[in-house]
Amino acid sequence: MFRATLKSLLARKVRLVLSGLAVVLGVMFVSGAFVLTDTLGRSFDSLFADAYAEVDVNVAAKPKLAVNEFEGEQLQTPFPASVVDTVRAVPGVAEATGTVVADGARLIGSNGKVVASFGPPQLGGNWVGEGDLVQLREGREPRADDEIVINKGLADAGRVAVGDRVGVLTLAPRKDFTIVGIFGYSGDRDSLGGVNEVMFTTPTAQQLMLGEPGAFNNIVVTAASGVSDESLRDAVAAAVGDDYVVKTGEQLSADAAAGLKEGLTFFNRILLGFAAVALLVGTFLILNTFSIIVAQRTRELALLRAVGASARQIIGSVVLEAIAIGLIASLFGLAAGIGIGALLAYLFSNLAGGMALAGIAVPASAVIGAFGVGLVITVLAALLPALRAARIPPIAAMQDVATPDRPLTKITIAGAVVTSVGAVLLFLGLGGHAGGNTLATILGGVLFAFIGVALLTPLISKPVVAALGAVFSGWVPGKLGRLNSGRNPRRTAITAAALMVGIALVTGITVILDSAKSSISGLVQDNVRAELVIAGAQSGPRPPSFDPAVLDQTKAIPGVRLVDGQYGDIALLGDQRTWVGAVTEPAAMRQVYGATPVAGDIDRLAAGQMMISSDAAESRGLSVGSTVPVQFARGEPQTYTVTGVYESSPILGPVIMPADAARNFSITQPIQAFIQLEPGARVADVLPRVEALLANSPEVSVADRDAFIEEQTGQLDSLLTMIQILLALAIVIAVLGIINTLALSVLERTRELGLLRAIGLRRSQTMGMITVEAVVISVFGALLGVAVGTGLGAAVVEALREEGINKLVLPWGQMGIFLGLAALIGVIAAVLPAIRAARINVLGAIAHD
Amino acid sequence: MTATTGEPASVAARASDVWKVYGSGEAQVMALRGVSAEFERGRFTAIMGPSGSGKSTLMHCLAGLDTVTRGTVQVGETTVTGLGDAGLTKLRRDKVGFIFQQFNLLPTLTAKENILLPLSIAGRKPDPAWYDVVIETVGLRDRLDHRPAQLSGGQQQRVACARALVARPEVIFADEPTGNLDSRSGAEVLNFLRNSVREHGQTIVMVTHDPTAAAYADRVVFLADGQIVSELIEPTADTVLDTMKKLDTPAEVAR
Repeated sequence: MFRATLKSLLARKVRLVLSGLAVVLGVMFVSGAFVLTDTLGRSFDSLFADAYAEVDVNVAAKPKLAVNEFEGEQLQTPFPASVVDTVRAVPGVAEATGTVVADGARLIGSNGKVVASFGPPQLGGNWVGEGDLVQLREGREPRADDEIVINKGLADAGRVAVGDRVGVLTLAPRKDFTIVGIFGYSGDRDSLGGVNEVMFTTPTAQQLMLGEPGAFNNIVVTAASGVSDESLRDAVAAAVGDDYVVKTGEQLSADAAAGLKEGLTFFNRILLGFAAVALLVGTFLILNTFSIIVAQRTRELALLRAVGASARQIIGSVVLEAIAIGLIASLFGLAAGIGIGALLAYLFSNLAGGMALAGIAVPASAVIGAFGVGLVITVLAALLPALRAARIPPIAAMQDVATPDRPLTKITIAGAVVTSVGAVLLFLGLGGHAGGNTLATILGGVLFAFIGVALLTPLISKPVVAALGAVFSGWVPGKLGRLNSGRNPRRTAITAAALMVGIALVTGITVILDSAKSSISGLVQDNVRAELVIAGAQSGPRPPSFDPAVLDQTKAIPGVRLVDGQYGDIALLGDQRTWVGAVTEPAAMRQVYGATPVAGDIDRLAAGQMMISSDAAESRGLSVGSTVPVQFARGEPQTYTVTGVYESSPILGPVIMPADAARNFSITQPIQAFIQLEPGARVADVLPRVEALLANSPEVSVADRDAFIEEQTGQLDSLLTMIQILLALAIVIAVLGIINTLALSVLERTRELGLLRAIGLRRSQTMGMITVEAVVISVFGALLGVAVGTGLGAAVVEALREEGINKLVLPWGQMGIFLGLAALIGVIAAVLPAIRAARINVLGAIAHD
Repeated sequence: MTATTGEPASVAARASDVWKVYGSGEAQVMALRGVSAEFERGRFTAIMGPSGSGKSTLMHCLAGLDTVTRGTVQVGETTVTGLGDAGLTKLRRDKVGFIFQQFNLLPTLTAKENILLPLSIAGRKPDPAWYDVVIETVGLRDRLDHRPAQLSGGQQQRVACARALVARPEVIFADEPTGNLDSRSGAEVLNFLRNSVREHGQTIVMVTHDPTAAAYADRVVFLADGQIVSELIEPTADTVLDTMKKLDTPAEVAR
């Protein structure tokens, strides 16, 4: 039995390859994701182990406000130099060095632009001399307050050299320095994982990076010989007290790597999400292939039953075939995944400024994931056809048992039920009724919706396919092709459903992003009465900022009526984290942003006062007169009093404070400004003058409102492109499915095709017939996809109404492109099967048994 | 009408008052109307009748491939009627062998693998001595490693016969075994079947409409219109043809 199965499998290699390919692609994503995250994870480990190799014990003050990897770099609280002395006095300490190290030292390159970072921090600190890790390659250490040394990677990226005079942005606006030295790292590295470093003299670093003269925010301790790191850590911790975090170098590097790995986990999930889509489509494909195989082997299976095979053995034989395909496909998928993972890791390290990659290894998770997913999916998909195979009566070996059109009642009812479950889950998830499992509920809803619609598809296929085929009804081969595609509604349905999944997801996401884009621009156009905006494009976790002096200088330009500079950061209000904005011109609330007062005064703010949105007031139980303790990224807790409540609006944040609050923000400079002109003043007159003021703030630029909208929504376009590329894979798998179905159908109809040729159908007409069949199936799949995708997208947009996505935009052009693309896909998918059909030997086919 | 010969103790298969009705209402077709028949152990019985006489249906019912509407079927000591799928599978494994008109070999397996297929499905080892005898009798020793496509029709049918024989079933049911063969290959297969009855005591029930083929049997049972109408012991092609002609008087065809 076992042998019979394997032999039959090997006899059909093409079938094996086609249905296996879908699994290969899905498994490739899964294992690739694990290989990538494993490789990068170990690279981070060794990176930080290197970076902190000379640190025996490290002392830092507890942060005022802990931030995670997605919110930006942790701001380390400064402490007085006396702490360094305290540590130095601890027995067992050989040396204690106070250091300054903080994110936000942005060097202006020779092209006048800030050297960008796409993730790694831009560190500024004090130069404490060379060591095993850090070595000067050129020049000398900084001695004067306007001298700096920078790492080689940064010098190359900014195209600057020793002796150049360059601008650096820090907590303070642009200041100019002379580069007196360039340093590298042990192992001939130009940067550590793409981190840019600017090293000042200690007083300059304290002033510019911490904003507090004489303060440090880190102490590097070396142990005296014979003292263990752990015991020294405990001794130092006892000496400095509870306000400080004391770690050994090993702990420090492990914690730092863990932070970055959290980011990797997120990335990993995204890749796994796409793998899931690919595998869902693959499941349809395998299900269909096995159904057709079982149908074609009816006689063979009946014979096995007649000579004594039990129903269980038949199921076993089909499942065994699935296991074989699953195993082989998983193996190939794993190999491809390792390749893809290595390639992505290489690209990532290059993007991160040439991080040294740990060797590519294959983690157990990749192997388990690959084989687990590959096998489970294949076997699961083959289960239904296997059960159907077991129901073939042995008598079918002796006579052509007519397989009557099974009624679609059952499958339609099942489809309706599953679709309803999906709809309910979506309603719960999108409506926010799912408790803590919103994402899982929404994803479950989408999955159920897909499966449900796939089950309903056979019913829908009849009229739709007839309508689609009507186009070809004047042409005999076209008519035959159309009739063929309507012949087995289940087969057509599953093939089309596979294509539906990819197209539905792309359509849905396009609907959501287009609606978001249009809503955002609508919001800005309707609510922001500012002719000019100062803002910059954000490339990393740190938003661009500019010199606050520009605000007053802009206000002095003739024709400018009002300028509102905006600051922003996360803060702790009471015990809840929230986004806090600070504004230089509270009057802009009504005059520029169209805010509606609900209670109190929203036109002015004094120190210690704040206004909040009506939603924030409701959810936190605050009203005018309430006082709240606020902890910012810097400084001690402060008490703020609510003096005004405004109607919630998507363009206004939940909490707005006066500008002086921003000195305790992690970024103490404004990140945006809105400029309103006097009636009659011309944009063309004012804009160049503001531009001139921004010469020393190269991170931002001034633009009119439309250009600002364009810039803000442009990021959504690149997101959309990225998602479309990844989902294209699901569509590729669906195309494989169409090829597979057609190829098997051609095989199945050899006799019939021979007959048609015998009575005079030309080769070209045969090919035309097959092509029409393919086009009808793929266009049907695309139609379904566009319909389901529009539904899903519209549901999400509806759910986001309160977040300000209030316009539903249907991308008609895109949808038309998808349908056209589907027709093209059909033609392409038909090529090989059509050639095969056209080559059928007429005589052989009629005699074919 | 009942056809009985020999002692009941040596009956290999028995049908008792078997009725088979297809469809219902207007479309109702009576394929078998109260057929009772016994097939003795170690004999070669042919079932004959014109198209639609119900001969194939009777065989399907005897072999447990089809259910009966009324009456009972026995194979050896086993009552087939009322068996579930597991019981029927066991019956096909242990008691029944088939030879089909279309040969029905698995195209991907060699002749030898096809012959041993029923045993390997049942997870049993062939009796080497018996296997040798079977291979010798069908005369395929030099063709064992060929695939069906590389064999002639007659050779394929001999492989199918060997497949049925090798498990030593209680009864072999042959459904028009020579229907797809030329007369020479057909004669080979029929000789071979007769020899396996005479020399090895195999029981064979064969459905055919070819008088020459029926002449190889020890006994012929004639069906018409779903009923047994006549039988011949030790038939010759001529006696069979005569009986058939008598039956050929236009009768209402059941199916």
